[in-house]
Amino acid sequence: MEWSVSDIWIVLAGSLSAASCALLGCYLVLKKMSMMGDAISHAVLPGLAVAFLVAGTRDSFTMFVGAAIAGVFTAAVTQWIHSFGKVDEGSSMGVVFTTLFAIGLILIVRAADSVDLDPGCVLYGTIELVPLDIRSIFGVNIPAAVIKLSAVLLINIAFILIFYKELKISTFDPALSTTLGINARLMHYLLMTLVAMTTVASFESVGSILVVAMLIVPAATAHLITDRLSVLLLLSGVFAVASSFLGHLAAVVAPTWFGFDGVSTSTAGMMAVVSGCFFLVAVLVSPRYGVISRMIHQLSLSLRIVREDVLGLLYRVEEPGRADPRKASTLLREVVQGGAIKRWLAVRSLRKAGKIVGQNGNYQLTPSGRGEAIDLIRSHRLWESYLAEKLSVSPDSVHEPAERMEHFLTEELREHIAADMEQEARDPHGKEIPSRHR
Amino acid sequence: MMRISTHRNVAWWGVAVAFVMVALSVGSGVFAADIQSHAAALTIENTVLSAAQFKTATTNGESFTTQLWRTIFLRDYNTRVVVLGTMLLGIGSGVIGSFLLLRKRALMGDALSHATLPGIAIAFIMMEWFFEDGKSLPGLLVGAFVFGTLGIVCVVLIRNFTRIKEDAALGIVLSVFFGLGVAIMGVIQSMGTGHAAGLESFIYGKTASMLFSDAVLIASVAGFVALLCILLYKEFTLVCFDAQFAGSLGWPVISLDIAMMALAIVITVVGLQAVGLILMLAFLVIPPAAARFWTNDLSRLVVFSAAIGAISGFVGAAMSALVPRLPAGAIIVVVASLFFLISMIFGRRRGVLARLVQHWQLSRKVAEQNLLRALFELGEPTYAHALEKREVPAGDADVPFRALLDRRVWSSQHLMSLVESAKRKGLVRATPDDRYALTRQGLDEAVQVVRNHRLWELYLITHADVAAGQVDRAADRIEHVLGASMVCELESLLSEKAPHLTMPASPHVLVRSRQLSDAHKSTGDSC
Repeated sequence: MEWSVSDIWIVLAGSLSAASCALLGCYLVLKKMSMMGDAISHAVLPGLAVAFLVAGTRDSFTMFVGAAIAGVFTAAVTQWIHSFGKVDEGSSMGVVFTTLFAIGLILIVRAADSVDLDPGCVLYGTIELVPLDIRSIFGVNIPAAVIKLSAVLLINIAFILIFYKELKISTFDPALSTTLGINARLMHYLLMTLVAMTTVASFESVGSILVVAMLIVPAATAHLITDRLSVLLLLSGVFAVASSFLGHLAAVVAPTWFGFDGVSTSTAGMMAVVSGCFFLVAVLVSPRYGVISRMIHQLSLSLRIVREDVLGLLYRVEEPGRADPRKASTLLREVVQGGAIKRWLAVRSLRKAGKIVGQNGNYQLTPSGRGEAIDLIRSHRLWESYLAEKLSVSPDSVHEPAERMEHFLTEELREHIAADMEQEARDPHGKEIPSRHR
Repeated sequence: MMRISTHRNVAWWGVAVAFVMVALSVGSGVFAADIQSHAAALTIENTVLSAAQFKTATTNGESFTTQLWRTIFLRDYNTRVVVLGTMLLGIGSGVIGSFLLLRKRALMGDALSHATLPGIAIAFIMMEWFFEDGKSLPGLLVGAFVFGTLGIVCVVLIRNFTRIKEDAALGIVLSVFFGLGVAIMGVIQSMGTGHAAGLESFIYGKTASMLFSDAVLIASVAGFVALLCILLYKEFTLVCFDAQFAGSLGWPVISLDIAMMALAIVITVVGLQAVGLILMLAFLVIPPAAARFWTNDLSRLVVFSAAIGAISGFVGAAMSALVPRLPAGAIIVVVASLFFLISMIFGRRRGVLARLVQHWQLSRKVAEQNLLRALFELGEPTYAHALEKREVPAGDADVPFRALLDRRVWSSQHLMSLVESAKRKGLVRATPDDRYALTRQGLDEAVQVVRNHRLWELYLITHADVAAGQVDRAADRIEHVLGASMVCELESLLSEKAPHLTMPASPHVLVRSRQLSDAHKSTGDSC
């Protein structure tokens, strides 16, 4: 697609609003209060209506004040019902925001003659109309929404920079922050005020559903990737801006994939969808907490165990007096657990690494493989002796725990145990404990 | 704590609910049959948000009273359908909402109802492609159901397999699914078929122009949901209160959980197009939360919640019919939350007032027992003598008001009111020269309290190795709440030190509060 000036303004407005939401959203997600964003974004409706009815204008400042009051009111009443009425937090939130939303609807319908507040516009937003409302500043024509949203973003960034430490402590440990003299409740309500303000500023341009999406989804995505608050804030901002850019692109391009040529759809909706896609990708491939990376981690662990079991078996076969006429591969199949694929992979990687040699199923340890096998067998038999001698475990039942422990004993711990054992030479089954190699 | 009542009780309540619902749906059916043709005239296209209000069919030339009468008794076809429909929806969602409340899943309904939107839109497009008619209601509902289920599954997957907590999982599903829905709706609008207008009613609802067929659908689904809840009552109860215990008993907890959520999805999907997203959530959340203030019994919770849902539906829809330009959906929510507010304040079990009264009664009782103990300890030799001889205490146990006032940290007004109320109860008598003493009845109660106090002190000294000088404070708090069985146990533990039924001597010197506080001050530095 070709980008016109208005496309750029749309993306810019979307990015500004998304970034403002995402920054505050990090704290909501960390405080486990994500749904508060949803609640507040619905509950500012009566605030807007009352502000209009009282002041009689639709100028931004009045709306800001009305929305901020409604937002703080929502947070406070939810908390109040939760603590005084002993109602579970989710329910009290549900009660409060549906009620406020309903009151707002009634007020708007009752005042419908005089007010141009359409609940539909509040829900969807009309980001496509952003470039139409142009203001001139220093001779440059800038859409009003962009000016307003930049101001909000600046306020949010300033708030976070100024109160970074206070916000951090009161988010992670409200009790500690109180003992340090930081008023956690005040910080909470300041945050809620900003959420309400950001919500109402974003309303007209991007719609409340995008506000909810941008409050929660980028922050949650970033939370899957990092544990550091500063990185979390940065990443969530990046995801928000990226969602806005790709969301607008998708709104124009995506319908054509499904055969709707020449049709474009709601940018706000697609921005939410794109941010959801980011989340999905993070769930799958985040380096630390992703589902796939955890699967790979588990797989590599189990492969290491199989590899070590192969080495251990080959060592045992080579021990004096334990010669087995059968082929090593047959033995492997009988003894080593983990399935044929993992065994094959293990043998292959061991041969590649030069730990074992041989063909046609007859494998032998190379010197480097033997060294590793000695470590393993030493761990195994030392642990058996340790269990039998120090913990009085019966020799019949020491093999199983040692079979598991042999893969996890570090060299340091192994030698510590060795130093602690009185007779080091033999394990409870009478087999020789190999001495430390090299 | 909630009590699980006997099965028969539950069954009767259940039957009552089912009966009411059957009666309502049959009633609406019979009354409406003759005007069936009229219903066809009301088409979905008539519905716009601003028209989410409706008037009774014949409002001209009637007094308000007549209108009120007509509305309340459902004389008008339109009103009847709307009112009965919302009532039934209130009942069904009140029932399933109670279980969601106990499972702390109130906001699941929010995510769920938003997640249905893409399902509706996709179903519409597919039906347009294959059948040329996108607005077949069953098809749309199937789409909504599929995506509602998908949304819940996503929430559960995100919660269980990532580090994201439930609140954020709900928010993610809610906003992303709804965003997808909005995007697809955008495509539909520009398809140019012009048939898409009615889809909006799934977001805002079209309470005011509910059709007879909608009411029947809601009635049957609400009945189905209520019936299944009654049939699975015991199982749902177990899962709600102790899922792990239920699992250890061999109940299929996960399947039951899924069944519960599926019922919630079904009722939400049906209710959505009738009342809209936000009202549907309110129907699932507010009535059970309000009912919870009135009872600790699950079967009653379910019935109360259904009743509150039904009444809010009735009152809200009727008000909307009477007053012009009052959106029905919103007014129903407001009525329901008025119920919530009233319940929260006046609720008999967990209401704010009830708990305040309990608290006040307890502190009154504690203060009275403190007074009795103070009187006893001030005149202890006389009272002990009277106890031994089993006679009325003699006059020399009388205590001046001043001495009582110094005994504890209490204001003279407070003490005065305590003494007055004790006098009214016949626990304390006053002499003309402003001196006070225990009556026989007061003595009996005082003995109990003092015994509790001293038993606990002895226990702390002998079994908890607390110094004799420090036990008074601890015992002061515990004396009021020691139960009979606890006292028995203490007696048997301390049987050598405090022979049965007699008053143990105080293990420490009894001092007046002034002296006590002085003593604390003087020893404060050395501590």
